Amino acid sequence: MPSLPDMTTPNLSELAGKALAESGHVTVPAPDAGQEQFSEWLQRMGDNALILGHRASEWCGHAPALEEDIALANQALDLIGQCQLWLGLAAEVEAKGGDADRLAYLRDAGAFRNLLLVELPNGDFGMTLMRQFLFDAFHHTLLLALKTSSDSRVADIAAKAEKEVAYHLERSADLVIRLGDGTAESHNRMQAALTKLWSYTGEMFADDAVDQAMADAGIAPLPSTLKAAWEKTVTAVLDEATLVPPASAWQHGITGSGGGKKGVHTEHLGYILAEMQFLQRAYPGARW
Amino acid sequence: MAAATLPDTDQIWEWLSQVPDPEIPVISLTDLGIIRDVAWQGDTLVVTVTPTYSGCPATSVINLDIEAALRGHGIEKLELKRQLAPAWTTDWITPEGRDKLRAYGIAPPVDGTAADGVLAGRIARLTGESNLTIQCPRCGSTHTRKVSQFGSTPCKASYRCNDCLEPFDYFKCI
Repeated sequence: MPSLPDMTTPNLSELAGKALAESGHVTVPAPDAGQEQFSEWLQRMGDNALILGHRASEWCGHAPALEEDIALANQALDLIGQCQLWLGLAAEVEAKGGDADRLAYLRDAGAFRNLLLVELPNGDFGMTLMRQFLFDAFHHTLLLALKTSSDSRVADIAAKAEKEVAYHLERSADLVIRLGDGTAESHNRMQAALTKLWSYTGEMFADDAVDQAMADAGIAPLPSTLKAAWEKTVTAVLDEATLVPPASAWQHGITGSGGGKKGVHTEHLGYILAEMQFLQRAYPGARW
Repeated sequence: MAAATLPDTDQIWEWLSQVPDPEIPVISLTDLGIIRDVAWQGDTLVVTVTPTYSGCPATSVINLDIEAALRGHGIEKLELKRQLAPAWTTDWITPEGRDKLRAYGIAPPVDGTAADGVLAGRIARLTGESNLTIQCPRCGSTHTRKVSQFGSTPCKASYRCNDCLEPFDYFKCI
């Protein structure tokens, strides 16, 4: 999506930064250019949680049963909480002033670093659950590895988030099995979701220069090294669910300059941001 | 405040044990196990708090409640520190806290049963019996079933008793 000129008013961040500084919540340490890649990587972590959390929250009041409604809202809450930790650290590392809110509310689509998978529209309940499962399996494997990060701040956040995400994974795996191995209707919907979403899973394991720098510093594993564990979990659950991934699938976001990790998004992200960021864009620095 | 008049930390712990959890007011913050440390640094009291769930909306209310309670007891210089590691676990809920939860109608967590993301056990459970026995807090029956892994607050799951037929909350294990 082309960025809208009036959504990137040059002094908007500055205004918000001032408002935040005046409210006494901001410390502005000296900038450290060497931390750029670290901040970039932290934003990937935070943005995945933020955007998937926002998608899950869209079900609030609309899910097929009250229990599911509550479960999705609770999951959204966990993810937004984790996002605050990751983006809070990103803002600290980036040292441009401001906090997690500045990153969440004042970046435009091209500056977001989430995977394409998490920004796709929710579709039906089957699509939402299948996406949650495919991501949870990846997220859990990643967080487990991050618990031994060379950066203790990363390890601490990962240890906290891993417990919550293990819980998410148990639920989404449970429901994928129940619905995949359920009625003909539920099976067909889960299979359709799997077939559509499979081409968005490759991006999770594609390494780039930022990933390499994180791996070299011992901060995070190379994404490609997580694939075997992910496949093991996913295959076991899909087998049980009588679902079959497409035999060969072209993968989005891993060739050329495309992909969410590089800030090249689907048209769907802009709509999420328009809703999520409206208030801070219209009233910079507003607090309540 | 002169150093000689600073209340000792046992006294502070006692005061904090009177501060209820905002969402489950029958248990206190110390029952919940989220107060990790209380210490004087000079004439400033530093209270270290660990969050339950990352996104728990009660976190900021808890901080406000701690501040209000301690200021009410005359503490002037107070600092609240957030500590992420080690991450909070339901295993830290005290035995008294568990009794209070049960009496209130919430089944307390069963230690050592937190989700670990290992799905082999989960798949076996789906096809057979649950390996987890949750006791109904009303009638004491162990003949209960899970309705949903999530409940009315971030820290609870929904269960139902097959004998007395009452729905009840179970404290989610993490």
